[in-house]
Amino acid sequence: MDIRVQEAPFDLGREASAFAARQTGMGAIVTFTGIVRDLGGTLDHMQIEHYPGMTEKALRAIAEDAHARWDLGGSLVIHRHGRLGPDDMIMMVATSSRHRKDAFEAAMFLMDYLKSRAPFWKKEVAADAEGWVAARDEDEDALRDWQR
Amino acid sequence: MDVLYFAWVRERIGLPREKVETSAATVGDLVAELRAREARYDAAFSDLTALRVAVDQELSDFDAPLSGAREVAFFPPMTGG
Repeated sequence: MDIRVQEAPFDLGREASAFAARQTGMGAIVTFTGIVRDLGGTLDHMQIEHYPGMTEKALRAIAEDAHARWDLGGSLVIHRHGRLGPDDMIMMVATSSRHRKDAFEAAMFLMDYLKSRAPFWKKEVAADAEGWVAARDEDEDALRDWQR
Repeated sequence: MDVLYFAWVRERIGLPREKVETSAATVGDLVAELRAREARYDAAFSDLTALRVAVDQELSDFDAPLSGAREVAFFPPMTGG
């Protein structure tokens, strides 16, 4: 498990290649990347706040859960905070497994849980308005699906 | 203990963290003490269903005991990813 919380950008290709190079005997690697969207066409930037200390612990606990549930070789979570512009990469996860199903499901699980259980908060800032992004009911529903 | 606020809770109360002298037995008791202080606290904690709490950096509940807790954080539902 490799957990990184950082303000700096990351290089998706380099991180994916480095992750792949650390795996042995794995038949599948899945990566997911989250991008800042400008839904209304007015976004100037997004400000991501987090809870230093708890963030790393929460991400590690989520990754440990994923490793307990699926047959994983490795996992990587990178999540940025601070100021991000439209189309900037916010975060990425990578999972490896001997089988693609485990790699895909574990990546989905990591995404669903870090959306609602890792202490990050997004604020959207436009030229004349700003507001905190509200959590969505669907995000909680997704967690319930994993608990069945 | 250290009390931390994040996102709009931080903005509404006007500070990110503070030391609080308290003998509150539970998170809920601490919230009641904070609300009694000033209108900005009262406003921030007016709807607990819109808030989440962590005790010593673990997600917790408003009826959780505070014995021995060093750090309590209040924040809105998280929006990572």
